[in-house]
Amino acid sequence: MVELFEVRCPGCVTVTEDGNAFNVQAEKWLEVAKILREDPDLTFDSLMCLTGYDKGTDDVLGVAYNFHSMSKLHKLEIRIEVSRDSAEIPSIANIWRAADWHEREVYDLFGITFSGHPDLKRILLPDDWEGYPLRKDYETQDYYHDMPIPKDKTDWE
Amino acid sequence: MDYTLLEKFNKDNIIVEKIDNLVNWARAGSQWYFQFGLACCAIEMMAAAAPRHDLERFGAMPRATPRQADVMIVAGTVSIKMAERVKRLYEQMAEPRYVISMGSCANSGGPYWQYGYHVLKGVDLIIPVDIYIPGCPPRPEALIEGLLALQQKIREETPFRKKD
Amino acid sequence: MAEQLKDFSLLHSDEMVLNMGPQHPSTHGVLRLKIHTDGEIVSRIEPIIGYLHRCFEKHCEYLTYEQIVPFTDRTDYLAAMNMNDAFAIAVEKLLGIEIPERVQYIRVIMAELQRIASHLVAVGTFGLDVGGITPFTWTIRDRERILDLFEYVCGARLLYNYIWVGGVSHDLPEQFIRRTLEFLDYFEPQIDEYNQILTYNKIFIERTADVGTLTPEVAVNYGCTGPVLRGSGVKWDLRKTEPYAVYDKFDFDIAVGDGRMGTVGDTWDRYFVRIVEMKESVKILRQALAQIPGGDVHAAVPKKVRIKEGSVYSRYESARGEVGFYIIAGGKDKPMRVKMRSPAFCNLSVLSEIAEGWMISDVIAILGSLDIVLGEIDR
Repeated sequence: MVELFEVRCPGCVTVTEDGNAFNVQAEKWLEVAKILREDPDLTFDSLMCLTGYDKGTDDVLGVAYNFHSMSKLHKLEIRIEVSRDSAEIPSIANIWRAADWHEREVYDLFGITFSGHPDLKRILLPDDWEGYPLRKDYETQDYYHDMPIPKDKTDWE
Repeated sequence: MDYTLLEKFNKDNIIVEKIDNLVNWARAGSQWYFQFGLACCAIEMMAAAAPRHDLERFGAMPRATPRQADVMIVAGTVSIKMAERVKRLYEQMAEPRYVISMGSCANSGGPYWQYGYHVLKGVDLIIPVDIYIPGCPPRPEALIEGLLALQQKIREETPFRKKD
Repeated sequence: MAEQLKDFSLLHSDEMVLNMGPQHPSTHGVLRLKIHTDGEIVSRIEPIIGYLHRCFEKHCEYLTYEQIVPFTDRTDYLAAMNMNDAFAIAVEKLLGIEIPERVQYIRVIMAELQRIASHLVAVGTFGLDVGGITPFTWTIRDRERILDLFEYVCGARLLYNYIWVGGVSHDLPEQFIRRTLEFLDYFEPQIDEYNQILTYNKIFIERTADVGTLTPEVAVNYGCTGPVLRGSGVKWDLRKTEPYAVYDKFDFDIAVGDGRMGTVGDTWDRYFVRIVEMKESVKILRQALAQIPGGDVHAAVPKKVRIKEGSVYSRYESARGEVGFYIIAGGKDKPMRVKMRSPAFCNLSVLSEIAEGWMISDVIAILGSLDIVLGEIDR
């Protein structure tokens, strides 16, 4: 598969350290995604999973895409890492509709913006929630609409 | 009060009884509960209403709208997004209204007590609760026990006595 | 003008937005639907979820692998065994440990019993949604017998924490196999009774056949899995196509929708796939109960789960479809990130697509056939 990308889109993908996945740069993601979908040797027609992650160590947020091809029966994992301050990745919701809600979820919980998404807004949490809960540096707000969300629970017990 | 009323009636066709007791008898005997399933406990509530446990033999029957319900069974985790709806639904119920908090989540946040940033730590923060049923989830028998405890509580009320 | 109005579709009325939920008896939990309609015809549905968001993924970062298992129960409370199993399999893949054969068989037995129990609720509540109360009482009556078996094994009715990483919490009790076979003998004829009261009921067919057709392309594109995908005629079942545990040792078929009452992929097909799947599960159960070997169920349970670097995406066929666990291990006894790919999340996202152009009352039928559980959609 690496060779195929060398022909179709040189320099777009690199294999990750553990060898299980491809790293793709955010700018080239749309181009790669179209190849994944349309190339007759790949035909990844199904997006199984879309995971946001925050390793907590360096200033990096990541998204992992797990693809699967129903006809060719092969799988692929793509990882895209972006910096925490300007987390923006092109949306693939128009290519795989399954990405629509998953991208909204990652936006909701990690604060990664997906440019070109048809309707990017919070999906699980209320619209006026503060912060992105699954980031490692997340701090719960004390009150939401006068309802307490206690961090320190010593007085409660 | 329960069956004594009937016994008196059978004897000489006249009942002399406090109006309080008559009203309480009616109220305790027909607790129409608000079918308010939030999470896992709702499945146990459903099982309690289904054939084996059959809540209806205690006069409790599910209603889908708060306007027709007497008892609200908060069955499951109250998330913060849902909390405002819970309060509004409670306010839509007609007096006299009672609340049963079913399961650990509704009691205190349950397993989500420690790290649940989006879980309300007990439904009693937003609405008054009459009966708490522990368990995660409580068995249908526990729910029945809770409903019977609420019946007992209703029987001890004095709705017509002058308030001091 | 009069000529034109003969074609009713040319006459449009004002858009009306109808709110359904989050407290509604037909939404199967706390789902809210914003239904945009043109007259009575649905033009677009905006599902609003998150009313049961219980921070499962945040909890996973604070808890050890063993402690996460009871939380997986609570995500999909109608198929808790499946969730336990899916998570355990994912962690075992990361650990790279071999599981004793007896444990594999016990897990298959539990997963299939749970699948039947979950489909019984799906069938019963679907009957309720389209206006039949009796099927619900029948299916719940039979589900109680399965819960009795679970209670006999692990002591819990609904949330089990039975399947551990590397094993199961208790071995099967002595009489379990006999009691399960008794149950299967009782249960198999019951399926035909459901067919008589619900499946081939004229009113039921009128309400569901040809309604809300989901084409295979759309289903795959939206990431639909499980009975929803198979209802569209796609022969895809992870138990068969990517066998895990010991599923490759059993002889069973994949149930697919064949458009018997209308078009392939309509609401009736999605419903009927579940009925056929229950029969297939009975088949698997009979084989598993006959073949189950002896052994120690705690042999492979690790004293302490501690995983070095690594990540895994593991797929599992639950009652609702493909459950995926994407786990990134952080080198400690706690995972760094656990993502649950929930089947109902993807299945629900297709609702707007297939309900477009149908009446509001059909939305209830379509939603019922998707068989959602809000616990796993919101997590």
